[in-house]
Amino acid sequence: MARDREASQSPQQQYTVEQLVAVNPYNPDILSDLENYVNEQVSVTNQTYSLDANLCLLRLYQFEPEHMNIQIVAWILIKALMAMPAPDFSLCLFLIPEQVQMEEQFKTLIVLSHYLETARFRQFWDEAAKNRSTLEVIPGFEQAIQAYAIHILSLTYHKVPRPVLAEAINLEGPSLDKFLEYQVANCGWALENSTGRSPLIVLPRNEFNHPELKKNTEDSMPLDHVAGIFPILG
Amino acid sequence: MASAYDYDDSSARHAPSDASYDPTFVPDSVKTFVAHLYRHIRDKNVFETHQMYEGGFHRLSDRMFRESPWPPVEAIAPYVDNDHVFCLLYREMWFRHLYARLSPTGRQRVESWDNYCSLFGVVLHGVVNMQLPNQWLWDMVDEFVYQFQSYCQYRSKLMNKTEEELQLLRQNDQAWNVYGVLNYLQALVEKSNIIQILEREKEGLEQFTATDGYDYGDGSNVLKMLGYYSMVGLLRVHCLLGDYHTGLKCFAPIDISQQGVYTIVIGSHISAIYHYGFANLMMRRYVDAIREFNKILLYILKFKHYHDKSPQFDQILKKNEQMYALLAVCLSLCPQTKMVDENVSTQLKEKYGDKMLRMQRYDDEAYAVYDELFSYACPKFITPSAPVLDEPLTNRNQDAYRLQLKLFLLEVKQQQLLSGLRSFLKLYSTISIGKLATYMEVDEATLRSLLSTYKHKMHAVDTDGSIISNADLNFYINEDIIHVVESKSEKRYGDYFLRQILKFEDIISTLDRVKFD
Repeated sequence: MARDREASQSPQQQYTVEQLVAVNPYNPDILSDLENYVNEQVSVTNQTYSLDANLCLLRLYQFEPEHMNIQIVAWILIKALMAMPAPDFSLCLFLIPEQVQMEEQFKTLIVLSHYLETARFRQFWDEAAKNRSTLEVIPGFEQAIQAYAIHILSLTYHKVPRPVLAEAINLEGPSLDKFLEYQVANCGWALENSTGRSPLIVLPRNEFNHPELKKNTEDSMPLDHVAGIFPILG
Repeated sequence: MASAYDYDDSSARHAPSDASYDPTFVPDSVKTFVAHLYRHIRDKNVFETHQMYEGGFHRLSDRMFRESPWPPVEAIAPYVDNDHVFCLLYREMWFRHLYARLSPTGRQRVESWDNYCSLFGVVLHGVVNMQLPNQWLWDMVDEFVYQFQSYCQYRSKLMNKTEEELQLLRQNDQAWNVYGVLNYLQALVEKSNIIQILEREKEGLEQFTATDGYDYGDGSNVLKMLGYYSMVGLLRVHCLLGDYHTGLKCFAPIDISQQGVYTIVIGSHISAIYHYGFANLMMRRYVDAIREFNKILLYILKFKHYHDKSPQFDQILKKNEQMYALLAVCLSLCPQTKMVDENVSTQLKEKYGDKMLRMQRYDDEAYAVYDELFSYACPKFITPSAPVLDEPLTNRNQDAYRLQLKLFLLEVKQQQLLSGLRSFLKLYSTISIGKLATYMEVDEATLRSLLSTYKHKMHAVDTDGSIISNADLNFYINEDIIHVVESKSEKRYGDYFLRQILKFEDIISTLDRVKFD
């Protein structure tokens, strides 16, 4: 995961937003810089993201609610949804006053987050479709959610039935075939067709869908425990 | 804190009603106390300073100032050469005593803020060459944050304020301003270079932990230790604001897996771990929270009797109880019971065994218990923004708490069915989705979601992209069959043998010393 990526590669800017936040964590003067940065995060060209910068902005809003920009808050929350499985969405909600969360657009985002948190992908995509206008303007939204769905599936499944995958990533028919082709070629996926049943997708092995791969740390002993008997051995 | 905040300029109202009482009167014992304390500080005698600070001050408070404040600073100044810095330190203690035993007025709250500004101003911009006890420096940071929190509560309860009090709030809108508070703590961290000092210590280039943060050369420990404790202070302030991620980030330079200076003063130790654990609980990092709660609860269990005479003893016991409640919550969401020491586990069962059983259910009653334990054990959340003083006056002091509680219960709700899932999965090594769905009385799609929810909630992704597992049981699905991986609870012989080897070595060396006549 490439969270907290470099804020901006453009050379005319002296500081990255991360540096700005690190030097001024509690400075109201950087509010407009942070708002501009949120604009950049939802623009087609950049698609960057920084939880630290966004939390810093929400903090400034929390300290001076009269400066709060509702549109910016909504974008921050959508970007936080896209950062799933990280808990960024709740981390942001903790800082947003309850009466703001009662507004319609935020209620919708909270419902969407609830579906993702409880892995109810069908409901999520249905609800998302109803709110296309707010979500589709954010570049990379669909792909980010698909990546999250795949992350969850590969923690859970070794072999996943095609319909389950289709529902989770909201792809069907030819577009799903194309997607699978890409994953097989690039990400170590495999397809398994058995007669009479729905085809299976074999996800790459990891220690969670194949627990015997888990390194056995139980047997090992930290050095400082052993160090205690060195004087005796010597 | 007492809820009656009278607007009252003179603190003498707390004094005995004796008409001859003079607030500027300085009893001989106080004269001696301040003169000696002043001398010990000048002599850089940390031991004696600590004795007077911890023992003397509380003894005198108990004896003479149970219900009245100490003499004002102007009255004692002549006995300490009118020393500017000593007077600031004295006032800091003066206010602390007032907050602890009486109820501060609005004006006194503002004056205490001004005093902290002057005190930290001297430390940050002046030359301080004192050597003060760690306990005292911790108390300063801790009290600073406490008074900030207390002020936020005070000014968000507007309904019973008098016109004078409101006027005072209007005039002093900079007092205990959240930017001011955070920037002082941040400035202490930066100016002290404490982060670099801890980095250099890791490379063996500097001593900090080995000397408990004291500077035995010609230097001073004051800025360095205030900076160090400010990291704990920042963790706490951010928790009070609901900003758990930033709180842990501020605290990150302190490596809690190692013996650290923060453990020397028990108040700092408890505050650090309580807030660390709470933040991790809210961020769903249950294993980290359980590990640290377990460690400190065991520590308190072993050592609390050393502190039963300490003025902080009540506070220690209260935080102890709260951390058991938080541990009960963590273990209900993530039953990693084998991480908990036997002694802690016994205590936990005694205190919360019944409630923990109820939290396992998936009905409203479970909910009510989560609500109860969270409300009892959470920090006193604050609303940091300035109050709105013109509109119809309202009390907003519960807003922040209600929001955090609501979001926490939403998380509980999302995990509500997981405990049922766990109890079924424990019974099988393999089971088909269809069969388990029937047993759990849900449809197959819901069960698949539930299984994925379990995986999601029990695994966190670290900043470097690696996956941290909090899972108490492991399973994976092959098409329609769930395979549960038995987690063998293997005995850890290694540790056991090491302990025995050391023990025998000890016995042998004792025997060697025995002389026969």
